[in-house]
Formats: sequence, structure tokens, C-alpha cells
Amino acid sequence: MEALGQISTLHYLVLAAALFVLGVIGVLTRRNVVIILMSIELILNAVNLNLLAFSRLYGLHGQVFSIFVITDAAAEAAVGLGIIIAFFRNKETVNVDEVDLMKW
Amino acid sequence: MFFLDHIWLIPLFPAFGAAVMFFFGRKLQKQTVSIVCVGMVALSFLWACGAVWQYQGWAEANHHQPFQKVMFTWLGTDTGHMNYTTHDGTLAPFQADAGFLLDPLSAIWLLFVTGVGLLIHIYSTGYMAHEGGYYRFFGYLNLFMFSMLTLIMGNNYALMFVGWEGVGLCSYLLIGFYFHRPAASAAANKAFIVNRIGDAGFLLGMFTIAWYFGSLRYVDVNLLARSGHFNIGDPIITAATLLLFVGACGKSAQLPLYVWLPDAMEGPTPVSALIHAATMVTAGVYMVARSNALFVLAPTSMKTVAIVGALTAIFAASIGLVQNDIKRVLAYSTVSQLGYMFLALGVGAFAAGVFHVFTHAFFKALLFLGAGSVIHAMSGEQDMRNMGHLAKKIPTTYRTILIATLAIAGIPPFAGFFSKDEILWQTWSSEGGAYRILWLVGFITALMTAFYMFRLVFLTFYGKPRMDHEVEHHIHESPKSMTVPLVVLAVCAVCAGWLGWPHSLGGSNRFEHYLDPVFAREAQVFQEEGKEAQLVAGEKEEKHTNPLEYGLMFLSVAAAGVGFGLARRYYAAADKGYAEPIEQAAPPVYRTLQNKYYVDEAYDYVFTGRRKIGDVRLGAMGLGEASSWVDAKVIDGTVNGAGRITRLSGKISSWWDKWIIDGLLVNGLALITHPLSWFARLLQWGLVQWYALVMVVGLVGFVAYYAWR
Repeated sequence: MEALGQISTLHYLVLAAALFVLGVIGVLTRRNVVIILMSIELILNAVNLNLLAFSRLYGLHGQVFSIFVITDAAAEAAVGLGIIIAFFRNKETVNVDEVDLMKW
Repeated sequence: MFFLDHIWLIPLFPAFGAAVMFFFGRKLQKQTVSIVCVGMVALSFLWACGAVWQYQGWAEANHHQPFQKVMFTWLGTDTGHMNYTTHDGTLAPFQADAGFLLDPLSAIWLLFVTGVGLLIHIYSTGYMAHEGGYYRFFGYLNLFMFSMLTLIMGNNYALMFVGWEGVGLCSYLLIGFYFHRPAASAAANKAFIVNRIGDAGFLLGMFTIAWYFGSLRYVDVNLLARSGHFNIGDPIITAATLLLFVGACGKSAQLPLYVWLPDAMEGPTPVSALIHAATMVTAGVYMVARSNALFVLAPTSMKTVAIVGALTAIFAASIGLVQNDIKRVLAYSTVSQLGYMFLALGVGAFAAGVFHVFTHAFFKALLFLGAGSVIHAMSGEQDMRNMGHLAKKIPTTYRTILIATLAIAGIPPFAGFFSKDEILWQTWSSEGGAYRILWLVGFITALMTAFYMFRLVFLTFYGKPRMDHEVEHHIHESPKSMTVPLVVLAVCAVCAGWLGWPHSLGGSNRFEHYLDPVFAREAQVFQEEGKEAQLVAGEKEEKHTNPLEYGLMFLSVAAAGVGFGLARRYYAAADKGYAEPIEQAAPPVYRTLQNKYYVDEAYDYVFTGRRKIGDVRLGAMGLGEASSWVDAKVIDGTVNGAGRITRLSGKISSWWDKWIIDGLLVNGLALITHPLSWFARLLQWGLVQWYALVMVVGLVGFVAYYAWR
């Protein structure tokens, strides 16, 4: 426990938090939808990391759950990329700030 | 009995000829056409002679009944499915036979129609030799013969009507034979339309008879009419006979429907001779004579017939005095002579009227054919002012026309003398002298007739030649095919009258005796029943040898002589620009006569509407114009008004929809909502990433709050 080289749960959580913050920043700041999608993947992976870290303490439920999340991410990527392609066909752009038709 | 049993063949021969012309005529040689058409009529004539000859023997054995031959039921059925209610409530079958009837009356018509028809067919082969449409002409002529024979041989009114319409159609077709000439086409239309007016009367009369007597067969109707069931002067019978007489007026060119006949001269001359002089125009006389049993029950109708006949006679004769077209003179003469016939029928002298039809058929056909020969010689010229001095150049034509003129003028012993004199005597003596004023009319007409006929002869054949040199050079006698019929007819025009040689001149009046079975019977019936006889046609009058008759006879011959003398005095030496005596004596009278009393003009004002009175059009076209006005202004106005009202209400409701429903309620609501929603709208600026940022900030905020609380 005292050894610096010892990797504790806290390390995982910090790494996950860092990944999460990177993902959030990516979602909020980038205009390209593809990048935003990639950032969302980062957020999901941060969550996965959290689940894995806690599974050290509380059993395998977290790991099982993270597999669900990966599946979900794959599905999300498929659907999201499909939407992006359909969108590009109509607007010839993938910039999210140009999607404002619903604005009053 | 061979001819009599196959009497139906008589009309079918010319029908066959007409059918051949219709289907193959275009491809046939002129010679073949002549052989077929003339041959068919010749067969008809021979067959008719045979049938009439056999009928004599048959009638002896059958109490002088009419001979009937019913081929089949043509209209209606025998089964009683087509019954109608007659005036007294009984049921009668609606039925008409395709049946033929032969009695002395139809026998006379049969013989002269086929006989004169045959001669005119032969004549036409010469007259029409150089005309186009040769086969068409003969096809029409044969069709006419078929229709005319149907008319006179039918055993009921319905079949007579079929023939009646058929001859009307053929008359139309033949008047309009030169259809490229507008005048001919207009004349054809006029003839057809005027005849339709008469035909309507015939139809109505026929329906009345069917309703009153329950049958259209002559035999049934006559039997009922002679049975004594009906009173003399029965109003229904009077109406029926008057309606029939309207039909006769149309077909036989009596006042006021005579106007078509003079115009009908636009047709080829043989047509004028056959249809508009000898045969078709006597159909009205035939119909009245055939209905004699009805007419004697209706004294009013008889009087009408007599008066109309006498007026027509003098009216047409006076127009004929001044006409210059050779065929028009003859046309008015025909109308006038038809008037004589109706005068005879009207005073009850049916046999005398039929006798005049018979003699008239020969001498008037001869006059027309002779006129055709003159026109032929004159290269188509019809105006007598441009003729003259033809007697030596076309001697056969001249002689035959002279005979016909003597006949029509009433010079003894030519045919017209006997028939005309019989009519005048019957008019004088019937009903105790009630008709003597009509005798005077007839007498003056006889004088006029002699005058205009001799005027025609003198202007055409005597005097100085008044034609162009070109025409004069070409004058030639007509070919044999034309002169032979003229000669045959001339012989008839001399001899036909001898059949009716009166008792007073030592004859036996065989013609009237022959007709006794048709006309004399009801007179006897009335006398036996003690009723006041409307007429006593046969027995009573014919054995007369009243000294007065010789006086009247002398008077009418003298009238003919005076007419001859006057015509000779004024026209015998007519040179170019000769003077018309009537024009010099009384110019207004001459103008009126020359314009035919302005009757055509009056009809144009009153009936046809081709002329206007001021701005108002009367008659059929006036009615059309008025209807058109009503349609345009009233009917269409109502329609347009309804349309305008609809459009106005549409406009109102559209305005309401646009401004009240859409504007106030829908858009107004939106307009109010719009400013109220301003604050809510601020939250929705549309950029997804901002929404995400808000969520993140909020999330961070919540987490921070719960972390540090």
C-alpha cells in the first residue's frame, strides 16, 4: 500500500476522470460530428474504466456491465455513423453548428 | 282470275325497276335503263288492263263488291294485343293490311296512271337522252309509279298514306332533279314542306276515322257510314272530312296550299306532266272520292270543298292569263282544273269530278309533253315572249297541242267538253240551285281557260318569230320517242270524253254508270230512308234531258269561243314587244296578276318570316326568333343570374374564411401567442453543443452542491 509503484483503485478513478473530462471537452468544443462521436466513445470508455476499477472491490458485476457498455457503444457507433452519412447526403457537411433547422 | 289474284304485282313491277336503278343504275347503259324502267311500267299497264278486265267478270258475279286481296297484316296483329278504345268505349284492333282493293274508282285511276305513266316514260327516253343522271331520273320515276299505285290500290287509309308520302317524296326528288340549280332545290323544299302541312291534316283525319269507326279499311268505314247510324252533319265526321280535305288541299294544290305547284315546274318537263298534272295532284281528288260515304254525311265539308274548288279554279285561271313562262301557264291551268274537280266533288257530283280527272290526265299530260317538245325545239327557252311562228317547224307538236287546247277549252267533241260541261251542269242543278253562284264562277273560269290556252297557242305557234337567230336555226321536231306518245295522248284527248257522252246528247254516259257501285249506293240509301239526300249523284241527275242543259251547254261553248276570239285578236299576229291587252286596260290588275296576287310575298310575311313587317318577324322564323330571344334573355338570363348569385355568395364566404376564420381566429391566435412566447424562445437557440454544455454545467453544479453540503 505504501509503495508508490503500487497501483490503487484511486489511480484508475483519476485516469477515468481525466478521460471523461477529455471526452466532455471534445463533445462540447469540436464542430465535427465524427469527432464528437469519438469523444462520446472516450466518455463511455471512462465509464468502463470506472466499472472495472470498482469490480476489484465488489465482484464481477462491473466487468459484465462494461461488456454491455462496449456492445452499446458499438451499436451507437453504427447508428450514429448511419445518421451522419444520411445527414451528409442532405447538407454536404458534418458540422454540428450548421444543424439548426429546428431553431425558431 | 290470274291477273286479279296477282294484282299485287302491279305496284311491284316499278318497285323492282326502282330497286335495280338504285343498286346497279350507275353501271348500266342508258339503253338498259330505258328497257328496264319502261318495260316495268309497261308490264304494270298490261297487268292493270288484265286485272280490270277480269274484275268486270268478277263484279258481275259478286254484286259489284270491291275486290280485295289482303297479302298480310302490315301494322298491328290479329291477336288482339294492340287494341285501342274507340269513341263509344268498345275495343278495336289497331290494324292495317298490306291489302289491295279494286273497284271501279281505283280501276279508273289504275288505268290512266299506268297508261299515261307508260307514255311519259317512253317520252322521257327521248327528252332526257342528253341529260346527266339518266338512271337516277328513271329510278325516281319508277319509284313514283310504285308509290302512286300503292296510293290508289291500298284497301285502307294507312296504306293510302304510305303511297301519299311516297309520291310526295318522289315529287320532291324530281322537282329537285337539277339540284345544282338553287331555284330547283328551293322549289323542291317548298313542295315538300307545303305538302307536309296537308299531310298533317290527312293524318289527323285518319286518326279521327280510326277513333270514330274503329277501322281504317274503306270497306268497314263505308259500311258503317252507310248503315244509317250517323246523322247527317255529325260533327265528328264533319271534322274528319275537313281534316282529310286539308290533306287533299296540300296534295292537289288547292287554296291556300296551292303555292308549291307553280314552283314545281323547276323539275324536268316529263315530271311536270306525270306528277304535277296527270297523276299525283289528282290524289286529293281520289281521296275525297274514296271517302264519299263520309263526305255525304257532312254537308259543311261538302260546301267547303265546293267553295274552295271554285275559288281555286278562278283564282289560278286569272293568274294564268298573264304568265309568260309556257310551263307556268300550264301549272296554273292545272291548279285551276283541279279546282273544277273539287267543285264537282263538293256539289256531290263525284262521278263528274272523277270524269274530269280522267280526261284532264290525257290532255294536260299532252299539253305538258307538248310544251316539253317546244322547249326541246327552242334549246331550253321557256319564255313565250321569245317564241312565235313555230307551227310549220314542229308540226306534230303543234297539232297535238292544238288538240289538247281544244280539249281543255271545252270545244265539242273533245274530251274536256264533256267532263267540264258535266261539272258545270251538276253545279247548276244540284241542291235545287244553291250553288248557282259557283256555277257562275266556273263559267267565268271556263272563259279564262279558253283565253289563256289559246293565248299560249298563238304566242307559241303563230305570229312573228321572236327568238334569236341562233335559236331559230336549231329549231327541229322532236324524235319519234317523243312524238309518238304525243300522238297517242292526242287520240285519247279526243276520244276519252266519249266514254261519258251524256244522255242529253243521245249518249248513255257509260263512265258514270261504271262508277255507280262506288257513288250511287248511299244516295239510294238516303232516299229509301226518307232522309234528305245531301246529293243524288247517279240516277237522279244523269237521266236529265232538261232543256236548260242545252242552254248551259251552248253558253259554255260560246264562252270558249269568246276566249278563242279574244286571244286571236290580241295575240295572233304578235311581234316583238307585243302589247298585253290586260296591261293596257288596267295596269294595276296586270301587275297584281303578274305577281300572282302577292300570295308568296304574303306567306313570306305571315308564315315563313322571310320578310319582316317593320322590325317584327312573323311566322315560323319569327317564332324561332322570339324563342331565341326568350332563350337568350329569359332562360339564359336566369341561368346567368343564378351563376352570379352563386359567385357572389362564394366571394362572401371566401372573404369570411380568409379574414374571419383564418385571419381572426387562426392567425390572430398565433399573433397573440408569438409575443407571449418570447421568453421561452430564448432557451431554444438550437446549438446542440450549448445544450450539452448546460447539462455539464448543471451536472457539475449538482455534484458540487451535494459534495460540499
